[in-house]
This record gives sequence, C-alpha cells and structure tokens, in this order.
Amino acid sequence: MAEIRIEQLHKAFGEFVAVRESNFTIADGEFFVMLGPSGCGKTTTLRMIAGLELPTSGRILLDGEDVTFRRGSERDIAFVFQLFALYPHMNVRQNISFPLRVQRLPRREVRQRTEEVARLLRIDQLLERPVGGLSSGDRQRVALGRAIVRRAKAFLMDEPLGALDAEFRELMCEELRLLHGRIGATTVYVTHDQIEAMSMADRICVMDRGEVLQVAPPMEVYERPATRFVAGFIGSPAMNFLPARGALAPGRDSIAVSGHEVPMPRLHEGLVGPDAVLGVRPEHIRIGGPEGQDAPLRGRVFGVEYMGTRQLVTVDTDAGRLKVRAPNTLKVGDGELVGLAFERERLVVFDPATDRALRSDLHAGAAGAAHG
Amino acid sequence: MTSANAAHSVVAPRPLTQRLAGAAVILYALVTMIPLVWIGLTSFKSPEDSISYPPKLLFQPTLEGYCNLFTTRTRQTPEFIAKLPPATSTCEVISRSRNMVIAGPSNYVPRFVNSLIIGFGSTVFAVALGTFAAYGFSRFKVPLADDLLFFILSTRMMPPIAVAIPIYLMYRELGLSDTRLGMVLLYTAVNVSLAVWLLKGFIDEIPREYEEAAMIDGYSRLRAFWKVVLPQATTGIAATAIFCLIFAWNEYAFAVLLTSGNAQTEPPFIPIIIGEGGQDWPAVAAGTTIFLVPILVFTILLRKHLLRGITFGAVRR
Repeated sequence: MAEIRIEQLHKAFGEFVAVRESNFTIADGEFFVMLGPSGCGKTTTLRMIAGLELPTSGRILLDGEDVTFRRGSERDIAFVFQLFALYPHMNVRQNISFPLRVQRLPRREVRQRTEEVARLLRIDQLLERPVGGLSSGDRQRVALGRAIVRRAKAFLMDEPLGALDAEFRELMCEELRLLHGRIGATTVYVTHDQIEAMSMADRICVMDRGEVLQVAPPMEVYERPATRFVAGFIGSPAMNFLPARGALAPGRDSIAVSGHEVPMPRLHEGLVGPDAVLGVRPEHIRIGGPEGQDAPLRGRVFGVEYMGTRQLVTVDTDAGRLKVRAPNTLKVGDGELVGLAFERERLVVFDPATDRALRSDLHAGAAGAAHG
Repeated sequence: MTSANAAHSVVAPRPLTQRLAGAAVILYALVTMIPLVWIGLTSFKSPEDSISYPPKLLFQPTLEGYCNLFTTRTRQTPEFIAKLPPATSTCEVISRSRNMVIAGPSNYVPRFVNSLIIGFGSTVFAVALGTFAAYGFSRFKVPLADDLLFFILSTRMMPPIAVAIPIYLMYRELGLSDTRLGMVLLYTAVNVSLAVWLLKGFIDEIPREYEEAAMIDGYSRLRAFWKVVLPQATTGIAATAIFCLIFAWNEYAFAVLLTSGNAQTEPPFIPIIIGEGGQDWPAVAAGTTIFLVPILVFTILLRKHLLRGITFGAVRR
C-alpha cells in the first residue's frame, strides 16, 4: 500500500516530448485511471512509475521515498502488461509463483500463496496447465495473479483489458473493481477507453500530448471538464462546442451565441479575447417548438438516430451542427424546424486561445452535486 | 486456423499441385542423397571394387577402408608375415592378406579431434557473442546501430578467402599459425556476423514485456536475459548454431592455408589420405563418412528448432 507522488515529471525522446512536467498524487488505496488517446504519454508515465523508463527530469515518490532512479525490481511494484507477458515456457503455477520464486521464499509459502491467489481469481483448476492454451480471459487472470501474489505496494496496469473481447472486457472490469475492493492496493490503470475509466476509477487523470489536463473523480471530469479536450474526449457523443462572443467580464451570467443571449452559470473570471466557446452536452439541450420563448436557438433537424431508451437528434443551427440527446417519446422528423433550449447551470465556457474552461458557478460545486 | 479453414482456403494447394510438389521434393532429395550413398557404399568396398566399372551395387563388404583410414601400414615379405604371431584384430587380418603390417595409428583421430574442438569451439563463441550483441542491438538504443549492423554484415560481403594472405601473415607474426586457438578465433570472427544478424531477427520477435515483467518482479537485466529471453530464443540459437557449425566444420581454404599439423582439421586432411599408398578410395570414403556423422547427429538433435528457424518470421505464433 502506498501513495505515489509525481513531481515535475518530464520525459523527452530526442525532440519529442512524451510527458511534459506533470504533477499529481495518487492516494494510498486509490484506483487511479490515466486516460487519453494513444500517444498522449499515459503509458510512458506508467512506465516511469514502474522504473522501466527513466524520466528526463522530475521526481517520483513512493510513500514519500524518492525512487526516481531506482530499478524496477527495487520499487516493490507490480505491473500488468497489455499483452499479459506470461512466460510461455512456464505453466500457470510457475507464472503466478514467479515473483515469489525470484525472492527465494520458502517452497511451502510459495505454494500456499500461489494457490490462494489462484482461488481468488478462480483459476485454481488451471494451475498445472501451460499458458499457451488458455483463453484470453484466463490469461488475463494469470497475469493479474502474478501481480497480486507479490503483495506489492502498488499495481500498475497498462491497458490490461485492451486485448480482450468486448464481452469479456465488461466482465473483467467488474472483477477488477471487486478485486480492488478486496485487496485495496493502490492501482494505476492506463486506458484509452473512457467507459472503462468512468466505471472503475476513483479518480481519472486525463492526458493529451504529454500534458496532464485534469485530475478529478469521474463525475467531476464529466461535468466540469477543465479543458476543451477533456470535454470533447469524455462523453459519447462528445460535448457540443458553439462559437460565442467573447470579451466577458467576471460576474457575467449570459453569453451571446449567433446573436442570441444564452443564460449560463455566473463567471468567476473574465475573458479578454473577442471570441469564446460555449460547451454544452447533448443531454443538456431540450428540443421544443420553433416559437418557444425559452429557446434561444433555432435549427432544422438534420437526422434522427433511435438508440432505444433515447434518441440522438442532429440539428443544424446558425451556430453549427449540434447533437441532442432527446427522450424517445419526442416526435421529430428530418427537416423539421425546432427550438433548442440549454440547461443553464450545465454550460461551460472555454477560452479558445488556451482551451481552458473559465471558472464559474458550475465549479462552485452545487450544480454538479445535484446531477444524478 | 486449422484444417476446417484449409478446405475453403483460396491459397491451399490443389491435390495435383500437392502431388507434383511432393514428387519434386523426393526427386531433389534423391539427387542430393546419391553422392552420400555412393560415399557410404564405397567406404565398405575393397579398393578393387571401388574403381570397377560399371560401379557395383552388390559387393562383398569389407572394413578395409576403415582399417586403412585409422592405421599406417608397411609392406613386408610373405615370409616375414608368416613368421609373425597370429593376428589379433580384423584389421591385422586384412592388412596381412595384402602383405602389409600395421605400423601404428594414422593421423585421422587427432585431425578429427581438431575438427571437433575448432568446429564446436568457434560455434559456441560465435553464438554466445552473437546472442549478446543481437540482444544489445535489439533492446538498447545503440548509437549508430544501423551503421554498426551494416558494418558487421559487410564482413560477409567478400569471400573470406580474399583476406587469406593478410591473415596468414598476421597469424605468423602472432604465433597463431597452425594453432587450434587461431582457427577458433578465425571461424568465430567469420561466423559472428551471421550469428548477430540471424539472432537479432529472433530476439526482435520476443516481446520486451517478458523481460520487463521479470525485471519488475525482481530480476536484474542479466538474469531476466538469462532466465526469460534465452529460453524464448532457443529456436533461433539452435538454428544459428547449426549454420555456424556447418561453416566451421566444412571450411577448407583457411584450413589448408593456416594449418599443417597440430591444428589441421579434417577437410584438408581427407584428400591427403589418397596419397598414402596408391589411390585408396575406400579409405577416403570412410574418412568422409565418419566426418559427416557429427553434423548429422547435431542437425538431427536440433531438427525441430532448425525447421522453425528456417521459417522464422514467416509464421506468427
């Protein structure tokens, strides 16, 4: 069990900066997910925590101890690889017990702990089997077993479910979460799958192009995205971005979108530039009649996708094409003229120059807590 | 992907094609086997049978060739031979029937030992050095890696014998002429480039994650290499070892030039057998047959690996 602290961590491969001066702390026992598109630096960060990669600068502290230049084997950390990395020349038992045998523990203890872990993962009947013939789900369990058996300070997992079928993935997601509940070890989990991240994480760290953009619990990342990238990366379909008039003073509580004044959370900071970007999630738009008083924006329906419990309506407006998540009872057809109203307290304003979200009443917390 | 798919596969050969291919392989095997069978048969013929025309397929087998191979003999008068105590070995019986007496062992066995030491010694060194170098090139950022690899390969771009004279002069100065050490070093140097290139291909295919997992689990890089990478690379190592051994075992030009006695290997020695008392083809054939055995055994032992080694890169596991 350990706290992992990352300080000013920087990694460059020649000209290419993989991780740019990152700072965050992973609490003891936390399930911490690093999320981002491929090449964003999440795996590099993880490998630096594991000691497989040396940082260009910065520090890594494990339980307050500087381990930046320590070997992986001296950090007491377990790693689960995307491709499992089970030793093909060993059977399941030998694979799981490998870290214990490396430590030269007494044979009885090795045996006992291996079988305990196998039972926990429900693979005890496979112990004597070669790993070659196992299903990918079982291989994943063996890989997890090899990590757990160490009772290491922290688990690092690099897209451990990436190689599994969708069906298995959901199952393993659940199992991993349960497992974490039972073992309670600090876990750092890297993925590019927002659903995995949202469903498992205590906190999510969103990265893009080597930069840590936001570290927050899933709900906060979703409702109060720190940057435009975070807002667009998380949520499916992505958040709508509307061009809006800038030059906003602190305390403003409405914003002009293609000539219409749209009410929004009161801003805590101003914006100097001439332009702003208004972010609104598809489920925070209501479709009404074209003449509705509370509908500042009008548009024409471009397409309707029926999704079962919901339907996804695409509307062309003066401010661009918007995706709206509407109840399945709503009857709209292609080409129909509709009015669009936004849920005021959910709107986010971004500075187009920095892509950063402006602080507003939204960040005061009240709005986020009310949402179910 | 098993037989179920093969039935519908568009690339699976049709039965006729398959049979033709099979016939071609058998024909090729026969063509390559005939000289070997000829040598094997000749080694059991008498000198008269060995040069008879048309060649005899059925003949009275004799060990004369093997006796002549392993011994040196002197010609004696029938009266001298009659006075000798009775022959104690088959070879003595055979040589006395030719009015000869065995004078002592021939040089065949010491030359064979030389071949074993030099062949296997250089193979071990070349493969060991090659494995380490290949691992380094495969896993670490080596400055100028591509240039170095090309440089290593370039040593193979000329026939090795092109450098024979400089090496001969150099070895004479260094006192390495006609020494086993000199030959081991020479064959290692020639083979190491092949070994590096072959093994790099194999090691590249072993996922890094194996070692990384082992290193996180408490191994040092060297132990991870030893315990995790090497077992994975056995196929490549075996295939490389066979190629290296075959080269070192069969090498003739350097051996002729650089060895004369102490370190002489089989390839230059076997032709000399002819000169000792007439054209003794059965003895030459016997020497060649025995010479083939170690390579044969080694190849059969590593056959499984060799097959996978030759098709390396072609098949994904």
